[in-house]
Amino acid sequence: MLRLEQRPQPSGLMLYTTPIMAVLATMIVGGVLFIAMGINPFKAIYLLFIDPFVDPYNLSQLFVKASPLILIAMGLSIGFRAGVWNIGAEGQFIMGAIAGGAVGLALWDVEGWWLLPLMTLAAALGGALWAMIPAVLKIRFNANEILVSLMLVYVAENFIAAMAQGPLRDPNGFGRPVSKNLERHDPTSLPDVFPALGIDAGGLMMLILLALAFFLLQKHALGFQIKLTGESPRAARFAGVRPGVIVAVCLGISGAAAGMAGLFELTGAAGTLSADFGLGYGFTAIIVAFLGRLTPVGILLAGVVLAGTYIGGENAQFVLKLPAAAVTVFQGMMLFFLLGFEILINYRVKRLRRAA
Amino acid sequence: MKFTKTLAAAAAMGLALAGSAYAQDPVKAGFIYIGPVGDLGWTYQHDQGRQALEAELGDAVETSFVESVPEGADAERVMSQMARSGVDIIFTTSFGYMDPTIAAAESFPEVKFEHATGYKRADNVSTYSARFYEGRYVIGEIAGAMTKTNKIGYIASFPIPEVVRGINSAYLAAKSVNPDVEFKVVWVYTWFDPGKEADAANALIEQGVDVIMQHTDSPAAMTIAEEKGVYAFGQATDMSNFGPHAQLTAIIDNWGPYYIERVKAVMDGTWESTDTWDGIGAGMVKFAPLSDQLPADVAERAKATIAAIAAGELHPFTGPINKQDGSPWLAEGEVADDGTLAGMNFYVEGIEGELPN
Repeated sequence: MLRLEQRPQPSGLMLYTTPIMAVLATMIVGGVLFIAMGINPFKAIYLLFIDPFVDPYNLSQLFVKASPLILIAMGLSIGFRAGVWNIGAEGQFIMGAIAGGAVGLALWDVEGWWLLPLMTLAAALGGALWAMIPAVLKIRFNANEILVSLMLVYVAENFIAAMAQGPLRDPNGFGRPVSKNLERHDPTSLPDVFPALGIDAGGLMMLILLALAFFLLQKHALGFQIKLTGESPRAARFAGVRPGVIVAVCLGISGAAAGMAGLFELTGAAGTLSADFGLGYGFTAIIVAFLGRLTPVGILLAGVVLAGTYIGGENAQFVLKLPAAAVTVFQGMMLFFLLGFEILINYRVKRLRRAA
Repeated sequence: MKFTKTLAAAAAMGLALAGSAYAQDPVKAGFIYIGPVGDLGWTYQHDQGRQALEAELGDAVETSFVESVPEGADAERVMSQMARSGVDIIFTTSFGYMDPTIAAAESFPEVKFEHATGYKRADNVSTYSARFYEGRYVIGEIAGAMTKTNKIGYIASFPIPEVVRGINSAYLAAKSVNPDVEFKVVWVYTWFDPGKEADAANALIEQGVDVIMQHTDSPAAMTIAEEKGVYAFGQATDMSNFGPHAQLTAIIDNWGPYYIERVKAVMDGTWESTDTWDGIGAGMVKFAPLSDQLPADVAERAKATIAAIAAGELHPFTGPINKQDGSPWLAEGEVADDGTLAGMNFYVEGIEGELPN
């Protein structure tokens, strides 16, 4: 018989080997799934896991997909560290894109180096203000921020639909509820920085902010207070940390990060505001944050891996005629194993002999 | 994204060179879908068209598709990856793929693109759509004859020309057989949201509507109609499974013939950028079997109308027609030109309510 036994200390070895074990397990079980579907498992696994990271074109798309995930997850992780559960990054992403996009659309005929920074600022503000709603309700009335922030996603989705149908609609678009294309308009199109990996100005900004988050958590007093609040709220209170401030700061940072991600998506990739603008990055980023164990470096890796499987999944669909659902099952399987194997960090498997 | 474009173009050239050495290879056709192939609506019908293409051309064609591709950057990437994999012609089957299609087409000048329902073309980008308003004329006539309360409900998605044209066409037809008919239009601002569509259907029925039309994609309204014992029409595909008694007929999007024609053109080397807008005559718009609940005279008239439109003898928009505000639009016997139809942003006279702007 097997039994799980708590380790005296979390295993450092397991911390690094469990992700590898999870990927191997996904390959094996996924491979069996592919065989059952009559698909060459080696080809499928190559397309899903390897091709996104070696093929030059796929590499040039990697950070297009990874940057928004990483940027949002970075913001969320700071709050999660403090026990502030912002589940509504998707809404903040959308509101940031609307705020920044509206600035760009209002200044359509204007050119200037300051235009994109101004839009970014507006987007950060838009996202942060949207996140201030759950923050204020939490601080004043102790309302649950999980519910409030999540519900506000649906409000944001309807708001962008109304905006795309109304004030932000392209007047030359035959009435279609879609804005003008900001990405295909030079003054508001994000410049490329390192195109071989798909890093544009937004991706660069993401890397800078990630480094700042690292610094904040490692070196800054505020970072210490955030971590302390998460680990021991009572101790934090005794140390003079004001919980209201932490709630506001955490939701503000994650809202601003999500808002900026929304603008970068708008001006670097999607181009137009429409009811379908939100692709669920705000929700996927929660997975990225936890996969990355709420650390900046971990989030960078998790974001890249997840982005890779999305890109590989698209390729597998038309190369191997794999249904989209099978790709989703495969991705779900990987997350399941990653979280499942995590138990080995704090527990070890022990063999029990039945007493005769 | 200049670098990616250069890279992509270089890859495309390489593929084109490699391709010419194997001229007997099957033509590869790729399809990009906005929904899952099992959506039983818009995407399902496009996939039926793809299957018809395979059935018709057999080994001479190889098809592939990617489903549930979001509009925007993902769409452009999927198109580029398909083009890189050596696909000769790519059908992009949602309006929102317009800008990504144009962008991918710039990177891959050797690959042919076909964008459904859009209006931007290039040397290697064609557009195609169906004259659904012809189908709506037929069901409008049936609705006008079948309503007892003289109130017809219309679940509309967005106030764009495509949808406005459908409402006008259906109204003119209903009015022609029933002068007392009244249209109640509900705008739901979505193409696919079973919840909202069901709410709209319920609201319409409460207002006394006994025939429902829809320009949204889910079978939700059909299900409600079946429950409440009113009539409805299937959208894009035969929805009789959801409303065996409710469905009077359905307008069916039949893309197969077009896909076959275009892929053959690629094989013959005669493909060029075109703008296709086909209707009942060309077989792009078809109908589900007429319900046997239709009285014989109504069914006969519907068949005659279908035949007349197919033969080009009847145009749904033939004057005299006034706009909603009473100003004249078409004189006696005058037929609407395609340009006006393509940009239609007004109701015809007799429809109540304001067209959202």
